[in-house]
Amino acid sequence: MFLSLSLICLTVALLLAQVNKMTATPIAEAKAMKLQNAIREVVPAFDNDPVAEAYRMAGGSGDSLLVYPARQGDELVGFAINSYSNNGFSGNIQIMVGFDMEHHIVNYAVLQHGETPGLGSKMMEWFRDATRPSQSVIGRDLSQGALTVTKDGGDVDAITASTITSRAFMEAVNRAYTVYSGSMEDAWSGATTATDEETEETTNEGGIGNE
Amino acid sequence: MNKKVKILINGIIKENPIFVLLLGMCPTLATTSSAINGMSMGLATMFVLISSNAVISLLKNVIPDMVRIPAFIVVIATFVTIVEMMMNAYVPALAESLGIFIPLIVVNCIVLGRAEAFASKNGVLSSIFDGVGIGLGFTLALTLLGASRELLGTGKIFSQTIYPEQYGSLLFVLAPGAFIVLGFLIAIFNKLQHKKA
Amino acid sequence: MEQKLIVSPSPHVHSGDTIPRNMYAVLIALIPAFLVALYTFRLDALLITALSVLFCVGFEYLIVRFVMKKEPAILDGSAIITGVLLAFNVPSNLPVWILALGALFAIGVVKLSFGGLGNNIFNPAIAGRIFLLISFPAQMTSWPATAIAGEATDAVSSATVLGLLKHSPEALPALQQMFLGFESGSLGEMSAAALLLGLVYLLWRRVITWHIPFTILATVALFTGILFLIDPLPQYNPLIHLFSGGLMLGAVFMATDYVTSPLTKKGMIIYGAGIGFITVAIRLWGAYPEGISFAILLMNAFTPLINTYTTPKRFGEAVKHG
Repeated sequence: MFLSLSLICLTVALLLAQVNKMTATPIAEAKAMKLQNAIREVVPAFDNDPVAEAYRMAGGSGDSLLVYPARQGDELVGFAINSYSNNGFSGNIQIMVGFDMEHHIVNYAVLQHGETPGLGSKMMEWFRDATRPSQSVIGRDLSQGALTVTKDGGDVDAITASTITSRAFMEAVNRAYTVYSGSMEDAWSGATTATDEETEETTNEGGIGNE
Repeated sequence: MNKKVKILINGIIKENPIFVLLLGMCPTLATTSSAINGMSMGLATMFVLISSNAVISLLKNVIPDMVRIPAFIVVIATFVTIVEMMMNAYVPALAESLGIFIPLIVVNCIVLGRAEAFASKNGVLSSIFDGVGIGLGFTLALTLLGASRELLGTGKIFSQTIYPEQYGSLLFVLAPGAFIVLGFLIAIFNKLQHKKA
Repeated sequence: MEQKLIVSPSPHVHSGDTIPRNMYAVLIALIPAFLVALYTFRLDALLITALSVLFCVGFEYLIVRFVMKKEPAILDGSAIITGVLLAFNVPSNLPVWILALGALFAIGVVKLSFGGLGNNIFNPAIAGRIFLLISFPAQMTSWPATAIAGEATDAVSSATVLGLLKHSPEALPALQQMFLGFESGSLGEMSAAALLLGLVYLLWRRVITWHIPFTILATVALFTGILFLIDPLPQYNPLIHLFSGGLMLGAVFMATDYVTSPLTKKGMIIYGAGIGFITVAIRLWGAYPEGISFAILLMNAFTPLINTYTTPKRFGEAVKHG
């Protein structure tokens, strides 16, 4: 009895190890692809490897976000910032926001969310609908002040019947911008490649903005 | 051969796991928000069913009675893990949308139920046919449920627009819609069954 | 079908009333609220109510006749009430096709798939409203500004009192306004005063007893009152809670539906307290500004259980059988 169960377990362990070995590379590639695509989507064209140059940067509220700098040749062209909000209708929302060097939002991608299908999940397209400038955040200059929805006195139209999701989305974008401002200051002070320095600033690891 | 066909049909109609046995309700209700999700879930489960049925039928004389349930679960878990790894590697988008429900096939009572009720008492070939039959029944039911919910909720079937999305009733994509549509499908299935009998 | 219902031991049976007589009494009681709706929303109110009744009666007739293959009992008035109540629960500018879907769901799914009047677990109008609220949240939550409140046309959406309470309590209108009902909201929930008039009529005609509506209102007042005493924020003001949203409409006309509410007095009090409690909980801490319809639906589900536990002991019977 003991023997046969052990044998079965041993066999399946060997089998699984083999499958794991086989699929490990494709899984890693698929994950990397997803990240790459998200970055490519949100920042101007670049030719470096933002993932390899990624660093963590402290935001305003005692947490840190992952920043992916995009370069064309030696010149910085933008930052993709992995930001989040925990105030979505169904909790955590992860987004990738891209900025150019003039504080404008280039684009965004929603990485992960649990919002209601057909309502909050519309945020994937809603805030970048070029035909409706009052709801699109693309091209907005955040140095003019943080984004807020019209219900809260801002000038971005919230998703119909999903104000909570919209607020959370704005929160995530604004959080990304705080980190972006920090990154810009560093960039101007010449520390463009000094990743060591920035890592030291990451004192508080409270953020969920990894992955 | 006739007997094998009977086993196959049995799984699809007479012992349809969803419409007749009402087993495996958790993935049924949770993953059928669209036709493609329902079908993928069904196919993943079918693969596990066929493989575990075959292996368990092969091992039925080796496994002592006292440890048969742990042994079955180990076998089932192995195949589920294989499915999960494969999906993550080759269809990551689908794996993401099915999420936790792929690993949860391990505890799907249809799989263990067939192992205990059929595979541990029958030959390999019959067990494979049983796996195919039950698996097909499960897949058909999930696809039908997913397609109905997708159609009512978003006006699409397999992402093909049938009518404009704004006329869809969101409720059917959400959890309550799963219960309501499943109830009506079971009613229709029963009605058709009775007519035949 | 009708005969099956007359054996129901609801209070109205004592007077020897028939279903139609009670149903038409309810319709009469709804008239004041309808007049207020007509005054605030003008022709829209008439149109939505008429169409809603038409859809409900029409679907009931078609389904009973051609799917269930029975003789339709349209004139018992229950489908008419469902239609009126459904209309009272939606914004006056709701697109007609959405209204039709709501009627189909209320009559087809909630009422007839359980076997028709007397067999349905949930109140059809309430379930229809919730179906619409979840399915078409945008259209169901953009209320037109009332004709009285300003010069705004009916295309402008405006916030309801409860919506304001949740997000910006400083912009609340005067209490008297809410009571008389010229604030924005669904068709029939405008005026607490008109609905109370209907309640008085129903009590006078003994169509319903005081237990359910009174317990709901008292629970809401008590629960918010205690919170208000602890922390006097406008969110907790019991008067605002009593006179805003669909509470009055729900307490008087929806929760008291014979089929889906408990039969005994004790049961009614438990049922009413449950509705009041859930309503306040959803209003204060839930995602939706209004909770009365969810509260009624949930307590509808508890009704069979409440009936089981509050059935009075049969006289002279000492030991329970088997």
